[in-house]
Amino acid sequence: MSELLQFLLSGVTVGAVYALVALGFTIIYNASDVVNFAQGEFVMLGGMITVMTYLAGAPLPLAALVAVVATAALGVAMNKLAIEPARGAPVVSLVIITIGVSIFIRGAAQLVFGKQIHTFPAFSGDDPIRIMGATILPQSLWVIAGSVAVFIGLWLFFTRTLLGRAVLATSNNRLAAQLVGINTPFVMTLSFAMSAGIGALAGVLVTPITMTSYDVGLAFALKGFAAAMLGGMGNPKGALVGGFLLGVLEGLTAGYISSQYKDAAAFIVILAVLFFMPQGLFGSKSTDRV
Amino acid sequence: MRMTAKSATLLALVILIALAPVFFPSGFYYRVGALVFVNALAVIGIVILTGWAGQVSLGHAGFAGIGAYACALAPVHWGIHPALAVLLGAAISAVLAWLVGRPILRLKGYYLGVASLGMGILIAMVLNNERWLTRGPDGIEVPELGLRAVLKDAGLDLSNGQFWYFFCGIVLILGAWLALNLRDSATGRALRALHGSEVAARTVGMDVARLKLHAFVISAVYASISGSLLALQNKFITPDVAGFMHSVEMVTMAVLGGVGSVAGAIFGAAVLTLLPQLLTIFAEYEQLVLGLVMVLVMIFLREGVVPSILRKIRGSGE
Repeated sequence: MSELLQFLLSGVTVGAVYALVALGFTIIYNASDVVNFAQGEFVMLGGMITVMTYLAGAPLPLAALVAVVATAALGVAMNKLAIEPARGAPVVSLVIITIGVSIFIRGAAQLVFGKQIHTFPAFSGDDPIRIMGATILPQSLWVIAGSVAVFIGLWLFFTRTLLGRAVLATSNNRLAAQLVGINTPFVMTLSFAMSAGIGALAGVLVTPITMTSYDVGLAFALKGFAAAMLGGMGNPKGALVGGFLLGVLEGLTAGYISSQYKDAAAFIVILAVLFFMPQGLFGSKSTDRV
Repeated sequence: MRMTAKSATLLALVILIALAPVFFPSGFYYRVGALVFVNALAVIGIVILTGWAGQVSLGHAGFAGIGAYACALAPVHWGIHPALAVLLGAAISAVLAWLVGRPILRLKGYYLGVASLGMGILIAMVLNNERWLTRGPDGIEVPELGLRAVLKDAGLDLSNGQFWYFFCGIVLILGAWLALNLRDSATGRALRALHGSEVAARTVGMDVARLKLHAFVISAVYASISGSLLALQNKFITPDVAGFMHSVEMVTMAVLGGVGSVAGAIFGAAVLTLLPQLLTIFAEYEQLVLGLVMVLVMIFLREGVVPSILRKIRGSGE
């Protein structure tokens, strides 16, 4: 029993990170139909910039804030320099652009930050908390709380604010949104800023547990993408549930089957979802007008 | 008489492969050339799948991995000749592509990209983890094909580099010829029609899902044979051949050259194979430059380099 609980707790922790990455995917996908493969690099940058700012002498909360803001700014730059100039190009081209950007960021990170593994201290110490025979790190609670808080924040933003509704309107029908006076380029900028900021936050929260290096982004991108697919691409609730579900599956696979194949769980899930319920758990069926 | 685009492409390819060695300063360039041809073969498969059928695959390296490890494992474990192992790998890849593609290609949109991504990574994971069979991430040696010795007995003595350069060159010409024939066949026209408009293709009675499935299976065979040739010429292979980055490279090569064009596929493969060779001096900047090239080409030469240039030439000639 305590064994199962332990696997579940560690699963929920990574699941919270996947949920954050998946939320990032969802925001950009909704605003532009683009699957942004650079999403994982935002996670890496969040962790890395925090490490560097912290080592330069800034207190940890300030370093984390700097990382989130700087990464959000990079997200905006990515939209302005790489995505906007290619507006109107087929979605395949846009996806390849995001893969190009992710390789570019990884290359730049390798030059700037080096190839070493970095970390910084956990927010509330390293003493594990005991729950019914299993243990959980205080930092894991931070990660879980972070992803739930981001989800609630996004939910309020999209349902209760005019700006959030403008974003939803743009994702529904860009042209119609423009006609009713929504500033769609600004919606794009905002989406990239939010998405990058959320990715960076995930990096900040998880780095004390998993540590970081210039090449961790790709794994986060693939897992977050799997989570978003599982929940139903484009649905924030799906992203959250998909993330936690994927994390738990991974935890259980690592515990009961094989830790070597824990990463396989994500991709078997992708295939199973596509074979049996292609719209994901929360996706809606859509039809196109000819 | 006006030459068709098909014979023009093939003729240019034959001349290029035959004459390029004249300009090689050293034997090393035969190796690089053979590598270009092997990559180009896989990229032609992507052109069929993405350029004509309009489907994206992010896991084609998985098929290359199957082709490569078939050549490494089948001769040792089952005593199959390496040449037959190439065919075995291609057959396994084709069956797998059929199994994965059949349920997925009924769906509209970019689901094949996602499914193939998962499939490719699972294949790479098995190659990395099943050490008892594949010896894991450190790689495994691949038996000699033996054709060079046969040629030597027949009086044609080629160095190892020369042999693989011409052998891969001939396979590439064959691959390009088959692809160009396919393009002009009923299937090829149907594929391009459904890329134009799936709904329109369906209303005139085309079995859209089956056509896309055919394209996926054919392109998987191209990738598999490319992987086999890579393994056989290096006599060594690591699971990286099936890695995600290799899949991305294939798609990038196709898109860089021009995803609808066989000539573009070969050009794209050449550029992205040669670029890292040139960048070894700047090894630290390799990823930076590669990423930048991908982004810039997609923004400024959307159709890919070769079609963009051809359009310029035709535009100014008239």
